Amino acid sequence: MSKIHVTTTINGEPTEFLCAPDNTMLDVLRGPLGLTGSKEGCSSGDCGACSITVDGRLVCSCLMLAVEAEGHEIGTIEGMAKGGKLQPLQQKFLEHAALQCGICTPGMLVASDALLRKNPNPTEEEVRFWLAGNLCRCTGYDKIVRAVLDAAAEMRR
Amino acid sequence: MAEIRYLAPRSLDEAIGAFAAAGSAARILAGGTDLLVQMRSGMVAPGVIVDIKKIPEMTTIEETSDGGFRIGAAVSGAVLAEHARFGKVWPGVLEAVNLIGSKQVQGRASAGGNLCNGSPAGDSVPAMIAAGAVVTVQGPNGRREMKVEEVPAGPGRTNLKPGEILVSFKLPPRPPGSGDAYLRMIPRTEMDIAVVGIGVSLTIKDGVCTAARVGLGAVAPTALLVEPAAKALIGTKLDAAALEKAAEACRAACRPIDDKRGTVAYRIKTAGVLLKRTVAIAAKRATEK
Repeated sequence: MSKIHVTTTINGEPTEFLCAPDNTMLDVLRGPLGLTGSKEGCSSGDCGACSITVDGRLVCSCLMLAVEAEGHEIGTIEGMAKGGKLQPLQQKFLEHAALQCGICTPGMLVASDALLRKNPNPTEEEVRFWLAGNLCRCTGYDKIVRAVLDAAAEMRR
Repeated sequence: MAEIRYLAPRSLDEAIGAFAAAGSAARILAGGTDLLVQMRSGMVAPGVIVDIKKIPEMTTIEETSDGGFRIGAAVSGAVLAEHARFGKVWPGVLEAVNLIGSKQVQGRASAGGNLCNGSPAGDSVPAMIAAGAVVTVQGPNGRREMKVEEVPAGPGRTNLKPGEILVSFKLPPRPPGSGDAYLRMIPRTEMDIAVVGIGVSLTIKDGVCTAARVGLGAVAPTALLVEPAAKALIGTKLDAAALEKAAEACRAACRPIDDKRGTVAYRIKTAGVLLKRTVAIAAKRATEK
């Protein structure tokens, strides 16, 4: 199958890759690009473990073809911590023990970050509705929601 | 695995040509939230994927000079929600579009895809029917317009002709005193498929309902325009008797299935209940403006 050449930006870095027409963005991130932070959970857009942003909007990378990245700005979990310093959401997830197995965590963080960029002061209900597309089978969500609210409070200071 | 070709035409004419030339092997890619799942499950195996998101007409929202809106078929729910004016004029349509899937799905999924996917339970469809939206479709034989309620043909099927592509939705200008709303019943609080969905659009003048449209979803092979329900509301002050008559018209229009989300009896009863609740919200919005 002939490969397609794609020019895009990932976490602010100009990036090029080759992909098959039916490769998903998640396939390319985790495969040739070696960005394995985005996780493969369901591959049907239900679990949110593969969450990334495209031009700042939250999407499931399993529901996007890699060729569609052409000319767009992709954001992944690898772009979150800057210069070895954890972003407040990441720090608060640790402090609140908002993870156990960790598979959902990158998606939770990317989704929460997208929320706080839109709404720096969300209510608990808004956090829960926003994260309805991110499934966690370990924590029962409570610690995640508390971590997001706490991070939001810190980021507003 | 069979060879797949990916095409991202820059113009509608180019897209029509490519789509028609590939025949039944081709699939349109808008947000892909249905198509990619169907490909992965083996339900469809397209030979050609035509990505329509590089065509400006398909991805833009335009407020027309008469106060109406033209929404490109591939505009995502997230982009529609970001529009400064649309949600103020058509809050019911926006809430219906924004009920499709998760925030992640919202980042990609479009009202055009929701309509063309042909699900009887697609959330945006009853709201678009209530709004009186008209779609533009274009194919090898040119352009034509269809009412939204004329597009679905049955579960997973539409009345688009071979080679035709859904281009955009046109929503009419809003007279003063108008409001719309969409409500759906689901067994959960989020992320589920409608058991019943109802869109209502009303115009109220001096306390009297002067225009109404009711769209009903998930209770028949296609979403329905329920004209008897609208008739029961027009000319009334939306009093209890009028609401009950409209609710009865909705119940009478139901031809639902039994499934794990709801029985036939439950869906029919709920259609009447939701009609009253949705009218109440639409009426409040109509009189607040």
